[in-house]
Amino acid sequence: MSDVLVVKNLYKRFGEVLVLDGISFNVKEGEFVSILGPSGCGKTTLLRIIAGLEDYEGEVLLENKLVNSPGQDRVMVFQDYALFPWKTVFENISFGLEVKKFPKKVIKERTEKILKLVGLQGFENFYPHEISGGMKQRVALARAIICEPRILLMDEPLSALDAQTRNYMQEELIRIWKEINCTILYVTHSIEEAIFLSDRIVVLTKRPAKVKKIVNVNLERPRDRFSNEFVRLKAEIHKDVKDEFELV
Amino acid sequence: MKFLTSLAVFFISWEVFYHLLINDPFLLSPPSKVIPTFLQLLLGKDELFFIPLDTLHSLYHYAYGFLVALSTGLSLGLVAGLYRSFRDFIHPTIELLRPIPPIAWIPISIMLFKLTHSAAAFIIFIGAFFPILINTIHGVSSVERKYIEAAKTLGAKTRDVFFKVVIPASLPSIFTGIRIASGVAWMCVVAAELFGVSQFGLGYKIQLARYYHSMDVLIAYMLAIGIVGLTLDHFYRSLEKKFLKWRRGLTIE
Repeated sequence: MSDVLVVKNLYKRFGEVLVLDGISFNVKEGEFVSILGPSGCGKTTLLRIIAGLEDYEGEVLLENKLVNSPGQDRVMVFQDYALFPWKTVFENISFGLEVKKFPKKVIKERTEKILKLVGLQGFENFYPHEISGGMKQRVALARAIICEPRILLMDEPLSALDAQTRNYMQEELIRIWKEINCTILYVTHSIEEAIFLSDRIVVLTKRPAKVKKIVNVNLERPRDRFSNEFVRLKAEIHKDVKDEFELV
Repeated sequence: MKFLTSLAVFFISWEVFYHLLINDPFLLSPPSKVIPTFLQLLLGKDELFFIPLDTLHSLYHYAYGFLVALSTGLSLGLVAGLYRSFRDFIHPTIELLRPIPPIAWIPISIMLFKLTHSAAAFIIFIGAFFPILINTIHGVSSVERKYIEAAKTLGAKTRDVFFKVVIPASLPSIFTGIRIASGVAWMCVVAAELFGVSQFGLGYKIQLARYYHSMDVLIAYMLAIGIVGLTLDHFYRSLEKKFLKWRRGLTIE
């Protein structure tokens, strides 16, 4: 499998403060990679850099092209969804097609297909404030995947949900990921979530963030959170990152 | 029903107040006199005081000044809202001019435009311009960054960001500005016309009725001013409802 995204010796400073201290990793085609780190370590900044929303030193390459501005090939799903409150569910989801001036008919067809994929039929004409948190998350996801990005960037997208909805949405995310065959880079601070979702986990240290280690998750899907291997891996990663998490 | 009860209580109190304390048609008129007069003036029973014609004149002054304020206030507000340096540059001047009441501009207006419709429109412009400008600047400059970033990562170009994010996101604030401005503008119409910028108009006729000591006519014209002002506000409210449909359920209104 070829690399979709390559990050090489990435540094980021906010004024005098060094936030990212020489980050390097890659994401292969079709892979689900998580970035795990304590809150405040710069995970979100890393994702924003890849999305093209921040400048940086070093190299971020998407299919061998240097990233320097936002674009539909790297769509980001924000932590607080950032749905447009003045647009309905349908209009939010079709936004990416609308700005690319697709014909109305194509927009309607593709949006309806995505609505079905994420299970939001019947809610097309609702406004974001009229639907639940889990549904908002689906809209945010739908709005991103309709653009068919080369890589989907997700910034702790499930952190605002309650535990049950969160577990359910993790399963949904895996279902959708398999169905549309996309590449995902996922930021989280939850070890369990990272193990449940990912093929590989990039573990970051506390600020200034370095790559502490990269863990391969060789568990079969669908994954069982209570299986021995799952729990063992969770304990192992927990031991690795204990120092990083405790000091924050 | 509530609407009618409220008005009935008001008119009855006014009637009682008049008979108990004033009882002098030279000083005030009771509603039992004003309402018939109002209806007669509405139907054109008097050549000099014809309410519909004066309403049209006043609305002309209002629309003239208000549209100029709307176009300049909106465009300047959009630019100032988007560009911080420009906003900082015009801020001191705005803050200096804004507290000057529109009425204080009447002498200058008459010097510049003589006794013309433009003189009246200028006063209305002054009254309407600042609420529109300030609210547009506030609306545009406080569009949340996350919406702009979301739009950009979804492939929006600068133009899309402006028309599909900045404008709709700042529309609630812009509408607030328009409604405040409309109210101020309508008050300015009366003030401007009192100075005799034209021989027609609700404000001018109030002044004229005072010379004739016809208190019932004077108050009938005041009622007309109230009714038109109310209608204008209803008009903007219904526009707001139409364009800000998405706000329903989001606010306590």
